[in-house]
Amino acid sequence: MAKIEAAVPGEGRGVSTYAGGVWSWITTVDHKRIGILYFVSGLVFFLVAGVEAMLIRLQLAAPGNTLLDPATYNQLFTMHGLTMVLFAVMPIGAGFFNYLVPLQIGARDVAFPRLNAFSYWLFLFGALLLNSSFLFGGAPGAGWFAYANLTSSQYSPGHGMDFYILGLALAGAGSIVAALNFIVTILNLRAPGLSMMRVPLFTWMTLVVSFLIILAFPPFTIGIVFLLFDRMFGTFFFEPLGGGDPILWQHLFWIFGHPEVYIVVLPAFGIISEVIPTFSRKPLFGYPVVVYSGVLIGFLGFGVWAHHMFSVGLGPLANSVFAGLTMLIAIPTGVKMFNWIATMWGGAIRFRTAMLFAVGLIAMFTIGGLSGVMHSSPPADLQQTDTYFVVAHFHYVLFGGTMLGLFSGMYYWFPKVTGRFLDERLGKVHFWLTFIGINLTFFPMHFAGLHGMPRRTFTYPAGLGFEGYNLTSTVGAGITLVAVLVFLYNLIRSLRSGEPAGANPWGGATLEWSTSSPPPAHNFDRTPQVRSRDPLWNDGVGPPAAEEEIHMPNPSYWPLVVAGGALTLAAGALIGLPVVLLGAAVMVGGIYGWAFEPIHG
Amino acid sequence: MTSEKAAGIESGGALAAHAHEEPHASNRTYVAIALVLGVLTALEVMVFYVEALAPVLVPILLLLSGTKFALVVAFYMHLKFDANVLRGLFLGPLFIAVAIIVALIALYGYVL
Amino acid sequence: MERTSTGVPNEKMLMWAFIGSECMLFASLIATYLAYRGRSLVGPYPEDLLNIPFITVTTFVLLMSSLTMVLALSAVQRGDARGSRVFLLLTAVLGIIFVGGQAIEFSHFAGEGLGLSRNLFSSTFFLTTGFHGAHVTAGVIWLLSLWVLTMRGRLGPEKSVKVEVAGLYWHFVDVVWIVLFTVIYLMSGS
Repeated sequence: MAKIEAAVPGEGRGVSTYAGGVWSWITTVDHKRIGILYFVSGLVFFLVAGVEAMLIRLQLAAPGNTLLDPATYNQLFTMHGLTMVLFAVMPIGAGFFNYLVPLQIGARDVAFPRLNAFSYWLFLFGALLLNSSFLFGGAPGAGWFAYANLTSSQYSPGHGMDFYILGLALAGAGSIVAALNFIVTILNLRAPGLSMMRVPLFTWMTLVVSFLIILAFPPFTIGIVFLLFDRMFGTFFFEPLGGGDPILWQHLFWIFGHPEVYIVVLPAFGIISEVIPTFSRKPLFGYPVVVYSGVLIGFLGFGVWAHHMFSVGLGPLANSVFAGLTMLIAIPTGVKMFNWIATMWGGAIRFRTAMLFAVGLIAMFTIGGLSGVMHSSPPADLQQTDTYFVVAHFHYVLFGGTMLGLFSGMYYWFPKVTGRFLDERLGKVHFWLTFIGINLTFFPMHFAGLHGMPRRTFTYPAGLGFEGYNLTSTVGAGITLVAVLVFLYNLIRSLRSGEPAGANPWGGATLEWSTSSPPPAHNFDRTPQVRSRDPLWNDGVGPPAAEEEIHMPNPSYWPLVVAGGALTLAAGALIGLPVVLLGAAVMVGGIYGWAFEPIHG
Repeated sequence: MTSEKAAGIESGGALAAHAHEEPHASNRTYVAIALVLGVLTALEVMVFYVEALAPVLVPILLLLSGTKFALVVAFYMHLKFDANVLRGLFLGPLFIAVAIIVALIALYGYVL
Repeated sequence: MERTSTGVPNEKMLMWAFIGSECMLFASLIATYLAYRGRSLVGPYPEDLLNIPFITVTTFVLLMSSLTMVLALSAVQRGDARGSRVFLLLTAVLGIIFVGGQAIEFSHFAGEGLGLSRNLFSSTFFLTTGFHGAHVTAGVIWLLSLWVLTMRGRLGPEKSVKVEVAGLYWHFVDVVWIVLFTVIYLMSGS
């Protein structure tokens, strides 16, 4: 925090100074600070979910292990999945969106700064509410996709599933609000000359992801509302005894769940589409194709949900249609791979840590993508579904794809955020340990799965041939853990004593590198004028606009009040009607306070 | 109209351009649309009660309510006269939403 | 008003994007309603209870509220203070009549033995129309807040975008009802 305060350039306009102290962070509406909040929260949940993963791996290290009992094991893998996807990877991605998008488009902040703070608090409260279930009688244990009717009051009698519903409703609402904000920001707040086909790829992917969020979360919200009513008021949505169909949950969940896969992976694609050109000293090969294929992935992502449901038996016609669309979606994804490789081809490549992670993503995601194409075919999928083969597949996509991309972004933009480099030597140790660790962990799972080891069982008997694979996976997980510890050490050490970095230490092409590191509160002293796609490489920044008044939004506590009201309302569903009413009253009061608060001082 | 323009000029180009973009329908058009909406609703209800039309009830109803939907969106919500980006913001999601309804109905074995 | 890249005010674009999101929300509800049509194991069934003449009247009321809404916006844009007040209030009142009609319908159904957890029809019917009713209620509160602003003379033409955005929301809620009226009520027999 202190570093941000120290690095305000001496323009003396009075709008650049950050107030210090915890209160200033609680009331902040600055996109950069909100980005840091998202990032740090996401990192904390990444560690929580990592610990859950380690416990799972320790339990599976040997056959017949009794470290964890089955119920605890169910809760751990459920919370591991939920936390990693929704509270670690998405918020870290949101941290990047928040910090970078306004900088990349030459704006002073997002379109609705207070709404942005509101999104953060909703996410945080949702995540805390769901995780608090460990303290109140146990976490949900029906898996992250929580298939009906495992989730009915009969089969999930505790409050775990209620926490699932309420926590995810809050966090989901936060994601929708944030995504709406970013759609408006990207479409409306671009600097003069920055046409859509000049917008940096990371910002483009943020736009696609934002559309996926606003369209994918509502069906899921409806699904959990149905579930809530089934559990609390005795409706029959997923209740076969009343004519309801548990399969409907699978539809609603996967209409959300499949786009969700792209919600978590496209930001990583955006990041490495920035990193690879910078460290190859070449513009991105086929920029329009990368943009269009990203849009196409997002669009097709809504037409493939039933490939998660081949084993349901939807019938040959439905299975064929969804299999075909699934195979189709591999094409735009594959196109991107070739774009990145072609960008590197003939470039002056510098293998700094950020670049290593980016190249690592290309390799790892290709493996995950290929196994994905394998189970796009229903007959093959019927063999693979519910085995460790699927676990291997989506960990290659999520860790090998998304996490490596996010790490790449951390090394790339850390100098921009803090004014200091992350240590390169430790960074390379981090990369290689991660690379070895995840392959040791996840590659053997392919074999374990094809040999028939089912996922989500808390143990397995000796003599089925699973021992070697599982022990290797556990060792790999340990190595990955060491890699993460190295990264944390690097993060803390570099924050204090990293090598100072200038405004544009890597020679990047996009607008965020044209302002100081870290940027002042108002981002740019003058709004930049953009004349080309890689403005800092091609003399693409025109003379700045005339002297302008800079208005920065005031800090506000109303977003926190409204989000606090929402949390109270959600918690009230488990406590009692008076608490619900209190939460609603706080929310309504907060909304009016918000609406009538003067935005600029 | 004059006050609207004055306000636009005062507060900078965007609003003026925006106000200019919308020569939107006059109040008389709005009332005419409301009449059409009322008539279409009456037709819908009539169709519902005519036994002879039962076999083609669903297509007729879809056509009538689709027309009402389009009229409100195009005129009352000004989408017909407004910026392209707003049409995209609405029609893209609407397409996906309708496709999902159709797909789910098909999966549940109904053909409308 | 700030300069924007597209010329569209930020608030208005936000509302259109939100409406896009709402399309998916109501699509999920409508798809569920249709998928579960005719699957109730016990009565009362839709054809036993749905009162078409009654709901036609409230439907008409909501349709006309779209007209008053658009007239309110036009009045605000013209700087017609009296027209703004009258039409905003009228729109809210029509909305209240609609929600009141829904309350009467719900309690009538409950009296006929169709509680929320009676069968699959009650589950899907109450949630789908209930979600819509909640949207109308929120819209009424919004319109009344704007009406209070006009009463205090704080809603001149320069702030017409506030009314425009509320209007977009209101018309969308109306449009959803156009679909629900057809799907739930008029197709109930087929």
